[in-house]
Amino acid sequence: MKRNFVLFFLICSILSAQEKQISVPYTRVVLPNGLNVLLHEDHTTPMVSVNMWYHVGSGNEKPGRTGFAHLFEHLMFEGSENVPEGKFDEWLEAVGGNNNGSTNTDRTNYWENAPSNALELVFFIDSDRMWYLPDAMTQEKLDGQRSVVKNERRQSYENQPYGLSWEILSKNVYPEGHPYNWQTIGSMDDLNAASFEDVIEFFKLYYAPNNASVAIAGDINIPETIKLVEKWYGEIPRGKPVPPIDPPAAKLTKEKILMHEDNVQLPRLYMVWITPAAFNAGDTEMDLLAKIFGAGKDSRLYKRLVYELQIAQDVMVFQGSSKLSSEFYIITTAKAGHTLDELKNVIHEEVEKIKMEPPTERELQKVVNQTEAEFLDRLESIGGFGGKTDLLNHYFFYTGNPDYFNEDLNRYKGVSTKDVSAMAQTYLPQNGRVVLSVVPKGKTELAVQKNEGGVK
Amino acid sequence: MKKIVTKFLSAGVMIAIMFVTVNLFAQKADRSKVPPLGETKKLSLPSIQSFELSNGLKVVLMEKHTVPLVQMSVVVKSGSVNDPDNKSGIASFTADMLDEGAAGKSSLELADAINYLGVRISTFSRWHKMGVSLHAPLSKFDEALKIVSEILLHPDFPQKELDRIRNEKLTSLLQWHDQPVTIANVMFQRTLFGKDHPYGKPAMGNETSLKGFSVEDLKNFHEKYFKANNAYILVVGDVTRDQLISKLESVFGKWAKGDVPTAKLKEADQVNKRVVYLVDKPGAAQSVIMIGRIGTERLTGDYFPITVMNTILGGSFTSRLNNNLREQHGYTYGAGSAFDMRPYPGPFMARSSVQTEVTDKALVEFFKELNGILKPVPNEELTRAKNYVALGYPDNFQTVADIAFNLEEMTDYNLPGDYFNDYIDNVLNITGDQVTKAAKKYIVPDKMAVIVVGDRSKIEDGIKKLNLGEIKYYKVEDVLGKKPQ
Repeated sequence: MKRNFVLFFLICSILSAQEKQISVPYTRVVLPNGLNVLLHEDHTTPMVSVNMWYHVGSGNEKPGRTGFAHLFEHLMFEGSENVPEGKFDEWLEAVGGNNNGSTNTDRTNYWENAPSNALELVFFIDSDRMWYLPDAMTQEKLDGQRSVVKNERRQSYENQPYGLSWEILSKNVYPEGHPYNWQTIGSMDDLNAASFEDVIEFFKLYYAPNNASVAIAGDINIPETIKLVEKWYGEIPRGKPVPPIDPPAAKLTKEKILMHEDNVQLPRLYMVWITPAAFNAGDTEMDLLAKIFGAGKDSRLYKRLVYELQIAQDVMVFQGSSKLSSEFYIITTAKAGHTLDELKNVIHEEVEKIKMEPPTERELQKVVNQTEAEFLDRLESIGGFGGKTDLLNHYFFYTGNPDYFNEDLNRYKGVSTKDVSAMAQTYLPQNGRVVLSVVPKGKTELAVQKNEGGVK
Repeated sequence: MKKIVTKFLSAGVMIAIMFVTVNLFAQKADRSKVPPLGETKKLSLPSIQSFELSNGLKVVLMEKHTVPLVQMSVVVKSGSVNDPDNKSGIASFTADMLDEGAAGKSSLELADAINYLGVRISTFSRWHKMGVSLHAPLSKFDEALKIVSEILLHPDFPQKELDRIRNEKLTSLLQWHDQPVTIANVMFQRTLFGKDHPYGKPAMGNETSLKGFSVEDLKNFHEKYFKANNAYILVVGDVTRDQLISKLESVFGKWAKGDVPTAKLKEADQVNKRVVYLVDKPGAAQSVIMIGRIGTERLTGDYFPITVMNTILGGSFTSRLNNNLREQHGYTYGAGSAFDMRPYPGPFMARSSVQTEVTDKALVEFFKELNGILKPVPNEELTRAKNYVALGYPDNFQTVADIAFNLEEMTDYNLPGDYFNDYIDNVLNITGDQVTKAAKKYIVPDKMAVIVVGDRSKIEDGIKKLNLGEIKYYKVEDVLGKKPQ
């Protein structure tokens, strides 16, 4: 029997009597192989959730292999040395469990929700793929999941109205060589090019315990669970340090006007700016501004475009926050008979207005209240997509503090109306944005025009 | 334990960080076999409480005090099936208009009040019910409740908002022409139930009906069905019965009763032969496939055998349809099947979106599995499906919204009070014979409608060669009607 040294942090939060605090008390353990383990008890239902984040996403892909991180995610469910193909799902379903995974630009996550008496089964199958995936990898598995992923791309992008817009935006918002220059789903050509050797190389580079963190929440006993984590994950060898990403500077220095013709009935306008990275100064203000612009009938852009002028069918505004940088999106679909220039002019007016004149106190308080209510929702479920395990990992990955719930809420509460205005001024320049028109085939006159009718 | 560091943070949270070095003689993992399961733990739910307000309005409550949230629905027991023949879509329109002006407050004033509270208030309509749901932090519940009662009981249906919503709905009808899955759904339900059956028509209505609605129409529909004796209130969350009674009494206690007409649905003709309905969507990267027939009603005695049978056929990741079409063949990102059970028999459907080039091959595999489920199911597969549904059941009770969803179904169908507690055993007790019997009764592969929405020029020849039955050809406009002007 081998001896292990475990570094053990216990962090307990004690709520102050006066101030309402949102907190998810957790215990953190770092295994000698570098795996970070975050544990939280919640006995509401006799279920557990295990949520593994590998700190690798599509941003780590090499040229010519876009979509690989996500294709690799699919392969993680196809069996490993001691878990024959198909058994990962079969064994889990046979005890009442569910699982899934997802990939974005920054990270890949895998979760299993199962009755608490099956926790050790979850550890077995999840740890086996962290250690022994390559031993069971075959060309057939790769080809099979390649087909599945290509169909995922067809279903979610190519066969969706406006579905190819995202790819056009990534390419134009970020310079070539920047990790966010392509979509996580990847291109068909690159998916076709992915090889068996790529799978092994990617696994060796990124799928090591020292590049991962696992959150475990639900009906657990923490000391016993730590012992089980040790047992199943403790022997997995540490990997080499992960090669760092060195992104070229991403800055939009002009207004890029783009057009795409699609199989759609109505034209849609996308306006995109590069904004501060997740949890960096400015990210909070832009998140709140997105709500001031687009959350609810009474928000500024919705009210003007959809409610009053009725020249748009919908409007969506959001700050998409990521590790290296974020993007601020305004997306709106024109009603029949209206051009995207009409919509763009209104958006332009509202964007310039908020730069000059802060939102009212009530407008700001409204979106802070909405944000605060969303925080309560996040405390209800133990995990899956969202829920406490996912958030413990999220906060740990982006801030270093798994229980960042209260700090996160406080950053929203601390924003002033002037801050919103100032950040809009800094991050929503007229001469640093991408403007994409997606128009019905042959109806190019509905697009934002380059030289006239646009911004005055 | 070696060292304890304690410090105070300005936020008022005391954090004790303990750095501990542990010598841990870990057990060695045996990867040669699946680790044994621990003892099964029972799901224990708080009790379901039921009571009436002074006007007889029924209230169902489950207290859940883990997070300070309240989920509530006010459910009116009428819905799209109550649309008069020439006013298709009026239930849906009425629901959408509830929060567009009420009790003298304008649409924007209501939106501002709701969003300032940070609560979610949604109006909804389904086939057999409609109403308003609320999701609120406990601290905002009282104020939100007042708004819910205003939009539910005193909607104003302003003309200018009606015109705006009408225009939005007509635009949505236009946008349906872009959406292959929507096209397939419309075609599927019309084929199964017929143009004259409520289940055969889109609940949103059509261009003609939408253009015909007046303020009077909406007021009349609301007046007719929104009665205390035709409704119930469902609450799940951080509130006690005593608190709730007085809160609800103050806003809903005077809600009037009245005679409410009930909708009697005629029986739809069952699909009696296999026909392929091919809807042309030129340039489509995938074909949307929906195969099915009329299934059964929610209160069927076959509910549990059907649930287990469908789990095996297409209700889980390892189900036969998904395993075959996705994992074995790579034709799709996912395939599955479902029984949509309603007060009257709803559809059974098997479905997927498959790569255009393999549409015919995918159809072959669909029918292979639809035929395959008629044969006895191996024990291992049966046990897996039962366990998946039964042992995972507690996962449906994590959030107030999850619980409310389940409690609402229980209330809608008057299911017995111990339904949740008995559910797991009811599933585990199903036998292989019962599964096969249910399959033979409800899965009749040669009497099914086969809807395919895809690029006809690329898929027609392949489908013809399969000899599935007559092929009928459609354009998108044959399904959805002309694009609205």
